[in-house]
Parts: sequence; C-alpha cells; structure tokens
Amino acid sequence: MAARVLLNSVQRLIVGKAFVTRNFSSETRTVTLIPGDGIGPEISESVKTIFAAAQAPIAWEPVDVTPVKGPDGLFAIPQKAIDSVHKNKIGLKGPLATPIGKGHRSLNLALRKEFNLYANVRPCKSIEGYKTPYDDVDIVTIRENTEGEYSGIEHVIVQGVVQSIKLITKEASIRVAEFAFDYAKSNQRSTVTAVHKANIMRMSDGLFLRCCRHVAEKNTDIKFNEIYLDTVCLNMVQDPTQFDVLVMPNLYGDILSDLCAGLIGGLGVTPSGNIGADGAAIFESVHGTAPDIAGEDKANPTALLLSAIMMLRHMGFGDYACRIEKACFDTIREGNVLTGDLGGKSTCSEFTNEICRKVEAT
Amino acid sequence: MVIINTYLQMVSKPQQFDVMVMPNLYGNIIGNLGAGLIGGPGIVSGMNLGDQFAIFETGTRNSGRSIQGKNIANPAAMLLASSQMLDHLGLKDHGKLIRESVKKVISEEKIHTPDLGGQATTLQVVQAIVKDIKEKTQQWYTHFNH
Repeated sequence: MAARVLLNSVQRLIVGKAFVTRNFSSETRTVTLIPGDGIGPEISESVKTIFAAAQAPIAWEPVDVTPVKGPDGLFAIPQKAIDSVHKNKIGLKGPLATPIGKGHRSLNLALRKEFNLYANVRPCKSIEGYKTPYDDVDIVTIRENTEGEYSGIEHVIVQGVVQSIKLITKEASIRVAEFAFDYAKSNQRSTVTAVHKANIMRMSDGLFLRCCRHVAEKNTDIKFNEIYLDTVCLNMVQDPTQFDVLVMPNLYGDILSDLCAGLIGGLGVTPSGNIGADGAAIFESVHGTAPDIAGEDKANPTALLLSAIMMLRHMGFGDYACRIEKACFDTIREGNVLTGDLGGKSTCSEFTNEICRKVEAT
Repeated sequence: MVIINTYLQMVSKPQQFDVMVMPNLYGNIIGNLGAGLIGGPGIVSGMNLGDQFAIFETGTRNSGRSIQGKNIANPAAMLLASSQMLDHLGLKDHGKLIRESVKKVISEEKIHTPDLGGQATTLQVVQAIVKDIKEKTQQWYTHFNH
C-alpha cells in the first residue's frame, strides 16, 4: 500500500504536467459527460447509476454540446464543453442528433478535429445470451480517423467528372499503427493485421502498409500480417474467429467497424473509443438517438455502458471495468431482465437495477 | 441506403437486399461479402459487361494459388460463369442445362470439394456434373428421334 502511494508520487513527479493515461492510483478522476440527444440522457443516467453502485472513482462533469451561434454566424460547440474536455482529457458521449440547417457542421467531426481524435477503436466481442449467426467473435477494429478517403478534398474537373483525393501521410499512418500495437500489448492481444488494397492503390495504401510494417518491426512480440480488404470481407463472414486486431485507413475502418458490429448484434451493443493526441480520449455509443422511444424508459444502455467500461480500462481502472462488465454480461446471459431490443420485456431502469444488484454483490 | 450501414445490414439481414448497384470499391467489398455469405469463392460466378465485349469469370477473382494443381479446386464457380456466358450468347437451353446440373450436384447430391467442407476432388465433382448432363441430354435425343 505504501509502495503504491510512493509509486504514484514518483509517477506524478516524473510526468509533471503531461497527462498520464495509465493511472494506477484510486483517486477520483473527473470525466466529461456528454449525455447527447434522444435516449442519450436516460442511458447516461443508467451508466452513472451503475458506476455509483460499483463505487467507481469517477466524477462526472456533464456538458451540453448543442451548437451555439458564433460571431461568424456559424454554429460551433460551446466553449465550456471544449474547455471541459481539454481539462479532463477523458469524455463519455451519448448519441448526438446533427441539427439540419445552414451553418451546422457535423458535431462528431467538430469534436474529432478539436481534440485530434486520430484512432477509432471498436472492440466487437460476441455477447453470450444475444445470439447472432456468428459465434465466438472477438475482433478489434482500429481505424485511422483523420485522413484517408475522408480528407474532404474534392473538386469538379469538368461537368460530370468529379475527383476525390485520398490523403495518406506517413505521420498519421505511423501514429495509428503505433497505437494499434500498443493497444494489442495492453489488452493481451496476439496479432495485428493491416487491412489494405495496396495492390490497386499502390502509393496511398502502399505507404500505409509500409508504415505498419515499420512499426511491426519495432514490436516483434506481437504477430503482424497483412490482408486485402476484399479478402477480409470474404473470410470474415465465413469464419470471424480468425481475426484479432485489425488496423486500417479511414474508409475501410468505417466499413469494417460497422461490419463487425453487425456480427455481434448491431450498434446497440457495440462500444467505441476515439483516441486523441495529448492523452485525450472520448468514448461513445455509436447508435442513433432513437427519438421514437426517448423518454419511455425502453432504451438499452449496453453500448454506452460498454464504452464506459472501455474508458475505465483506458484510465487504468481495470478492476472496476471487469466487475461492471461481468455484471452486464451476466445479466444479458441470464436473460431474465432484458430490454426490448435484446428480446426481453424489461425497462431500461429494471435492466440497470439488475446490473447494479450484481455489481454490489461483488 | 447509405453505404456504411449496408455492411451491418448485410451481415445481419442480407435477405432484405435484391439488386445492388454501386461504385467500384464498394462493389469489390459487397461482392466479396456476398460471396462469403453464401459459401465462398468456389461457387460464385461473375460477369463483366462492356459496350462491345463481355468477359465471364469466377466472381471473386481469387486465383487460388495455394491449392493450385492439387485437384481440390471447386469447379462450380467457373461452370456457373460459363453457363451465364451461354445465356448471354442466346444459348439459354444449354446454359440452363449446365447450371441446373451444377446446382443438383452441389445442393442435392452434396458432392463437395474441401472449400465447402467436403472431401471430393475437382474431378469427382466434374464427373458427377457430366453424368447428370448426359442423363438429361439422352432424353433430348430420345425426344428428337420420336
């Protein structure tokens, strides 16, 4: 115990002002909470309730990211919300409805740019008690999230001919590859696979691939292999168990992360984390706001809860993460108290309380 | 439908889709996904159509180098592609003849090469298909001679 306190003090001395993402102390950490729209507020409440039952050392700082009109007439995230994430570094986000109208940019895009969220991580693991046509799935997709096919550089050459630029940089590719290998090591994964189409896109995907190979050479304790995107898709639906951690550029990641979510049961049960430079990270549920059931206590908080559990692991609170995760998975496996989308008849509150009960018992 | 959600839908509820048209990269992905969903590259055929020319081939364009020369390749994909070619040429009866024999051997007689989980050789599958075709064409000749 004394040694642990000493270690923490030493860590803080060495690290100084830089933010340590792996904090092994048990002091309370403040996290920015963005409840979101639609079912966002109620599933956020569920997560808070469950965390309280587990006595997790997390203090929540809720912020509203509803865009406000700036002096330039364009809508932007309120400064208070931005400052909160810059201060806390870690955020948990529910689903956001992008308002339609002039001057509104995508909120998700704004958050990504503001905090330089360069890697999107989606662990997709089969959930016992929620049967899908695919068994024993345990895949993590790591998607480069800042460039690639979504660089936003498009132009009209002549009427009826449009060109779109896929931007791949050594810096971004190395950064995401390094994250992939670090993630594999921290989470006891054995293999990192780079997904690409370098046979066709020789220069762009070729660069990405070479960067992955370069990082692989420095991480020989993790296996590395390469696979074409179309082969991944072909093989994934025949035998998903052959894949472990997948790292890839933006568009392929967008596609594969959704595909993997489909294998385990959809966006309602899939967690997601966005990792930024400077230690910032925002974890979020990636389903929609479900306005048709908002406020009716019918929502399933699993996706947001699993994202929050990812967040706990990222912060070094592995023990709390395991306890809460076990309570959640046991509840789903037992099948007595399930929300409608999981095939049950219980309310969100009943589902939440059942998880709390299990967590308190550990 | 927005292409991204399509992948999720394809693995959870592919039955909702009928004909899908899309640009190049997405087509490569969806085509392979579809092939994987129904049994793999051994049984999916493909055609490439232009204004003047048409080329028929195995659907996923896998060269299968790792199983080359071992007499275990699945001939179905190529045979189905060739029957599509016969249809295209207006020889619909012959196209149908081959296609139905292939389907019978795979689905009913279940003579499967390893890619479909079986132990048959390429030659065994082809011989079974030829046998079925011969039985049907005998009937044609018998019909003609009457």
